[in-house]
Amino acid sequence: MIETKPQELAFEELDSVIIRFSGDSGDGMQLTGTQFTNTSAVLGNDISTFPDFPAEIRAPAGTLAGVSGFQVNLANSDVFTPGDAPNVLVAMNPAALAANLADLEPGGILILNTDAFQAKNLKKAHFEGNPLEDGTLSKYNVISVPISTLNKAALADLTELSNKEVERTKNFFALGLTYFMYDRPLDTTLQWISHKFKNPVIAEANTRALKAGWNYGDTTEAFQHRYRIRPAQLPPGTYRKVTGNEALSLGLVTAARLAGKPLFLIGAAFGGAMAATASSGPGLELKMEAINLALVLELPMVIIDVQRGGPSTGLPTKTEQSDLLMAYFGRNGESPIPILAPCTPSDCFTMALEAFRLAVRSMTPVFVLSDGYLGNSSEPWKIPEASSLPRIVVKHPTEREGFQPYRREEETLARPWAIPGTPGLEHRIGGLGKAPLTGNVSYKPEDHLKMVTDRAEKVARLADAIEDQPVFGPSSGDLLVVGWGSTFGAIRTAVQQAQAAGLSVASTHIRYLNPFPHNLEGVLRSYKKILVPEMNMGQLAFLLRGRFGLDIISYPKVLGRPFTIGEIRTRIHEILAQGRKP
Amino acid sequence: MTEATLPKLTKKDFESNQEVRWCPGCGDYSILAQMQKTLPELGIPREKIVFISGIGCSSRFPYYMETYGMHSIHGRAPTVATGLKLANPELSVWVITGDGDGLSIGGNHLIHILRRNMDVNIVLFNNQIYGLTKGQYSPTSRLGHKTKSSPLGTIDQPLNPLSVALAAEATFVARSIDVETRHLSEVLLRAAQHRGTSFVEVFQNCNIFNDGAWRHLTDPEQKKQNLLRLEHGKPLVFGPDNSKGIRLNGLTPEVVELGNGVSESDLLVHDESRPDASAAYLLTRMTYPAYPVPIGVFRCLETLTYEDALTGQLKQALQERGVGDLDKLFRSADLWTVSESNGKS
Repeated sequence: MIETKPQELAFEELDSVIIRFSGDSGDGMQLTGTQFTNTSAVLGNDISTFPDFPAEIRAPAGTLAGVSGFQVNLANSDVFTPGDAPNVLVAMNPAALAANLADLEPGGILILNTDAFQAKNLKKAHFEGNPLEDGTLSKYNVISVPISTLNKAALADLTELSNKEVERTKNFFALGLTYFMYDRPLDTTLQWISHKFKNPVIAEANTRALKAGWNYGDTTEAFQHRYRIRPAQLPPGTYRKVTGNEALSLGLVTAARLAGKPLFLIGAAFGGAMAATASSGPGLELKMEAINLALVLELPMVIIDVQRGGPSTGLPTKTEQSDLLMAYFGRNGESPIPILAPCTPSDCFTMALEAFRLAVRSMTPVFVLSDGYLGNSSEPWKIPEASSLPRIVVKHPTEREGFQPYRREEETLARPWAIPGTPGLEHRIGGLGKAPLTGNVSYKPEDHLKMVTDRAEKVARLADAIEDQPVFGPSSGDLLVVGWGSTFGAIRTAVQQAQAAGLSVASTHIRYLNPFPHNLEGVLRSYKKILVPEMNMGQLAFLLRGRFGLDIISYPKVLGRPFTIGEIRTRIHEILAQGRKP
Repeated sequence: MTEATLPKLTKKDFESNQEVRWCPGCGDYSILAQMQKTLPELGIPREKIVFISGIGCSSRFPYYMETYGMHSIHGRAPTVATGLKLANPELSVWVITGDGDGLSIGGNHLIHILRRNMDVNIVLFNNQIYGLTKGQYSPTSRLGHKTKSSPLGTIDQPLNPLSVALAAEATFVARSIDVETRHLSEVLLRAAQHRGTSFVEVFQNCNIFNDGAWRHLTDPEQKKQNLLRLEHGKPLVFGPDNSKGIRLNGLTPEVVELGNGVSESDLLVHDESRPDASAAYLLTRMTYPAYPVPIGVFRCLETLTYEDALTGQLKQALQERGVGDLDKLFRSADLWTVSESNGKS
């Protein structure tokens, strides 16, 4: 082997690279992308990922409906998004090529599994001819690799394995090949294989596939270059990769732990537990009657909506931010609920804790709006010390003297959280209209008015307990870009780029959507124009117009995909060009 | 103060200061009174008792009990009770529901609490009508019943609550009648003493919208012919002077007159503790007018409760894995460290 090895390839230094792995749902592309990400994170690169997969677990093999993709952006400096156009596309079959080719940058690297480019698969992907031969790919740097054949040869003596089992490891061949190209060590994935596969033959097969991919890169002359991306200069600390869903879960467990409570829901909250539930839009719609009960019972709990494309079952695995108005208004009666929205995967951890803090402080359910993009994408998370996290103070009264189930605290207007089992504090709560103090059933006009206004005021007063709205960029100017939730990365980067181009633009990202921070109106009024990009038809824009009577430029997007940096940057340039005299 | 030194509570201790707002003559009054009379027998302090209800006339019940209580939303009382019981398994939790609340929207929630065998007591007031909304037919209204929402008579088969409960693996299933006060009190006591989900159907008269729905079982003359009191270990006898009985003919129960060669030893003997629910199910299928209607305890079987199973799992997990450690949890992934001087180390 040594003798036949070609000359050592030169390394080219890159600041960042965006790679998209794409194949059939059954090809293990999510796993491949995740492994590449983990290895890069451990190597110290800043990372941001975007998994994009169909709702069907296994759509018919080889079809466009079954294409599953995973994009990762890795860099030697801060990255806030998975990147707009991939620099590298790994396509395991013609459908994956057809679905993703338009996104690949001109001149980008295209790694193709040529074994899959058979007439049958080409037809399923709606190709008229064979793109490998008809010039379709002439503007890309195509690396054709018969991955299935090579992988099969590498595993030939593992006779215990069926053809299907052998074929299933080909994603690790592709992974090994990309590890070679981008100079990544194999150990993180090798460790994962040894933990994951109890069957030693399967473990050996995956190990061999991975190494065969690497060795193929090393021994062939398919590449002109290898690439290196140096570690990013992140603040000192111990890091792990975290997705938004993982961070939310960790946050919930942490909040329960910090308050010394188990996790359950309404009945549990009545019993004194830290209650939480999570779903996506349709699930939340189903639970809304119970959420309104929790609101009127004034019991603390956290309700998480990982938003997706709707209405109804909609796009189960595609992202959208179209439940904001449902969270605000989607209940009968006057029923305000605090709403928080984390803006990055690791912020999900912070906001889960915040949600519990506010819920307990004011005895109210609190919404946390995540979305499919935030939930599934990942970034490095600087791990906190558990002992350094703020405690969540929970009080259950025991004093009989003066106890009333709806006697409100002066500052917060919270009612006491008296729990069953406490002698002398027996009381009844329910969904009917009630009298102040006692909570007894009452339909009196003045009692109803008092309860409605107290509940609204209680939520409004949470603005005293949250941070001021921060601004990125100049504190006044021509344009303010306002976002919420998972659009943070695209907006921040686009604004950064527009600022670098000399434009008078700032951005602000609203993490507390109800109540808004006290200073938000002042911030909004400091700019000539306001642009609100959001993955819905203009829901935050609607709220800001209604609340502050401001002229808002809405930038809606409902394609089931996040904004790209380029889209927002272009819009910023357009708006500021309109304002300029010719 | 320990529980042993507590003075014995009385019915009065369980009466809340709220004005009871059911219609005069409603069967609910009797059920409320029997509950308030029975609870002192349990020796459980008031603060450990919680009543949870859904929506409907019966669901106003918690407001009238001087215990903890929650009047929740349509059909969801079993769900709330489940959460509460998990948060604090020490509590004695009662669910009060009706044929509308428990078997329409609540049907789904009801079967799941039953199959889980939470240690909760469920009392379903069955008056075969929606009373609070003024007289529409319910999931238990008899076939052909003319109501405001079925002017030509209902065309849907009613549910039999006890059959549903048994099909959902209920471990305690019983029935009583609002006016059978002593019997009702005994059944409620048995339900409270059972560990696991207790399901009690109470035939309750809505004197406004469905008066006399149970007259065949409450009228002194008619009930002699139609009411069968189940007793564990005893043959199924009923009728004036217990002159009739139930005999099995293959898998079909048949009504027989005692005497003329038929003796009690030929009759079906009630065994509430059979692990197999088929016999209990057969009893629930005995309906008026073809059969006498059984009341009493149909099934009582002690098996593992959900909260005990959960507590057991948690205990075992703690033993095997130790107390959870947040720092360890945070670090349960591939880690890397960035040092002060040169970025990644």
